[in-house]
Amino acid sequence: MSSIAIQSEGLSKRYRLGSSVPYRTLRESLPGLVRGAAKRVRSLGTGDSRSDTFWALRDVSFQVQHGEVIGVIGRNGAGKSTLLKILSRITWPTEGRALIHGRIGSLLEVGTGFHPELTGRENIFLNGAIMGMRKAEIASKFDEIVAFAEVEKFIDTAVKHYSSGMYVRLAFAIAAHLDPEILIVDEVLAVGDLAFQQKCLGKMSEVSREGRTILFVSHNMAVVEKLCERAIVLHQGRTAFQGETNEAIHHYLNTMLAVNNADGHVFDLSGCPNRKSNVARLLKRIELYTDDNLPVLEGIRIGKRLKVKIFFDLPKPSQSFDMGLGFESMFGERIFTAHSLFEPSRPSGEWVGTQVFVCDIPSFTLTPGMYNIRIWLDINHAEADLINQAARVTVLESDYYGTGKAPWNGAIVLKHNWYVEERVGGRAAQ
Amino acid sequence: MIVQPRRAFWHLELRDLWEYRELLYFLVWRDVKVRYKQTALGVAWAVLQPLMATLIFSIFFGRLARMPSDGVPYPVFAYVAMIPWLYFANALTESSNSLVASQNVIKKVYFPRLVIPLGSVIAGLVDFCFAFVVLIGMMYHYGIAPSRLIFLFPIFLLLAIATALAAGLWLSALNVQFRDVKHTIPFLMQFWMFATPVVYPSSIIPPKWRMWYGLNPMAGVVEGFRWSILGRAGHPGPMIWFSAAAVIVMLAGGYLYFRKMETSFADIV
Repeated sequence: MSSIAIQSEGLSKRYRLGSSVPYRTLRESLPGLVRGAAKRVRSLGTGDSRSDTFWALRDVSFQVQHGEVIGVIGRNGAGKSTLLKILSRITWPTEGRALIHGRIGSLLEVGTGFHPELTGRENIFLNGAIMGMRKAEIASKFDEIVAFAEVEKFIDTAVKHYSSGMYVRLAFAIAAHLDPEILIVDEVLAVGDLAFQQKCLGKMSEVSREGRTILFVSHNMAVVEKLCERAIVLHQGRTAFQGETNEAIHHYLNTMLAVNNADGHVFDLSGCPNRKSNVARLLKRIELYTDDNLPVLEGIRIGKRLKVKIFFDLPKPSQSFDMGLGFESMFGERIFTAHSLFEPSRPSGEWVGTQVFVCDIPSFTLTPGMYNIRIWLDINHAEADLINQAARVTVLESDYYGTGKAPWNGAIVLKHNWYVEERVGGRAAQ
Repeated sequence: MIVQPRRAFWHLELRDLWEYRELLYFLVWRDVKVRYKQTALGVAWAVLQPLMATLIFSIFFGRLARMPSDGVPYPVFAYVAMIPWLYFANALTESSNSLVASQNVIKKVYFPRLVIPLGSVIAGLVDFCFAFVVLIGMMYHYGIAPSRLIFLFPIFLLLAIATALAAGLWLSALNVQFRDVKHTIPFLMQFWMFATPVVYPSSIIPPKWRMWYGLNPMAGVVEGFRWSILGRAGHPGPMIWFSAAAVIVMLAGGYLYFRKMETSFADIV
């Protein structure tokens, strides 16, 4: 077998606009057929320039080696799902082709084809067959599947009586035992409760350790970062970037999103409503940056650098002035305060005119979520200008602990270790 | 394996279908298992449907309208036609709806789409078997010995399966794009039944037209059933050949149309 698992050459997929809401009745479509025919005749000379079509995927080429785990990231509508659908043969490409070496299994959704009236046992066989397993193969893995899903007691009960948790567990168990050489996974981890998601994640790592090829689509950057060596960034149907995962995620978050959100990192403070200006409207603008002075557009990942650049005016010389930043959760709870008082070498004194201060936080370790920034300027220890919710920063999941599991609970993230110091009673008998 | 734009639709790719024969088996098995789940009468429905229809027709056409029945007691005459007809009608209805009913699977997993309507057509055979057992009881009751040609009836059953599949391929693929099909089927089936010699013998059709009448494949099927099982009616003659030819054309056309439409199922269903 060659070492290439997937070789995609210029894969493209064109959809007709509105084909998601196709002609549903003959009466509507008959004039359409006539018009379509007329248009086709007219466009014969002009080539293929029909305006009512769009390319969901355009000229996507890449190679995946056997045993590689590749992430596919991109915004909604970037063509990720279309790509996976083409590779798993659910839909056909309009142009280009892909060579696939090895049996391909797709987890685009677990539990497809489950019939509520059938028992768990029956559904295992039905679902397995739909996913392309042989009957003998299913039979040989049957016990394993049941054990993984933890539904032994209910295996002869119709699945319509299952709890949703049992249902999803069973569905995933079947999919997880598919044993394809190439596994295509799309957002399966979005289903089920947290514990189950962790279990799925564990299975994925296990599969990847076994040296199988995985093509993985997810919005969960922590998982992508953990599981994938390389990643492909899709943007508007085209490959925007492919390469090492960290760079790809960086590209995705900070470069590509700039196309649609070029000024997302700039907060003009002139129109802020929640403001108390005792002296005057001195605070002008806030800009957010991360490493390498890249603007913070979508957000920053846990533990990355956050630089808050503040533009403000000083009307006249003063003895001292200080700047404060308060990071607040969406519930209005103060998580963290940064104040120039804490800065030993802070400037003070005879400054006048427009100033630019930077508050540089080398590792911003709040848990994922959105945070409002309150900002205030004190002159001679009296509050001169204060703005509530002056800016907003989003913290995104990342593999901060290096385990592939993104922290989600609590307010902050701290590095820590676990170890056993003393064990009373010793290990249970072997 | 190569994923690429669809090769010309005359690549039949039947090997792919063979690869997925176990899936076909499971789909049939599912349809059979599920059909009478949560019904009080269960599998009795398979027998009740043709029996009730026969009862009604016997009263209205047999008794009141004195419809000729080729010298066979009218209930047997109607019932022997009713079982292939109801098989056909149910198989056609089920298979026409089959793709739309399986849209979740179609959008998520690859397999040859053909197994879906094919499964529906095959699953109907179970009902047919139950109804057939009742036919034997009925013939015993009326003292009608089976014809010596009874071994030929599977050929006509095959013709009925092919007809159901041919129409099912056309209609299921059409239904993906035009949901009108669902609403058309009840009328189509009524019309088709009266175009088929279920309640009347084809002998009432003038002989010179009878051959063309065979272009409705179900006419050939029904007359073939009567001829091979009851034996009393005459040989249906060239009508059978016309029916067989019509089925072959319908089936080939249906298959090609299905193949052509298949590429867009997942996108538009």
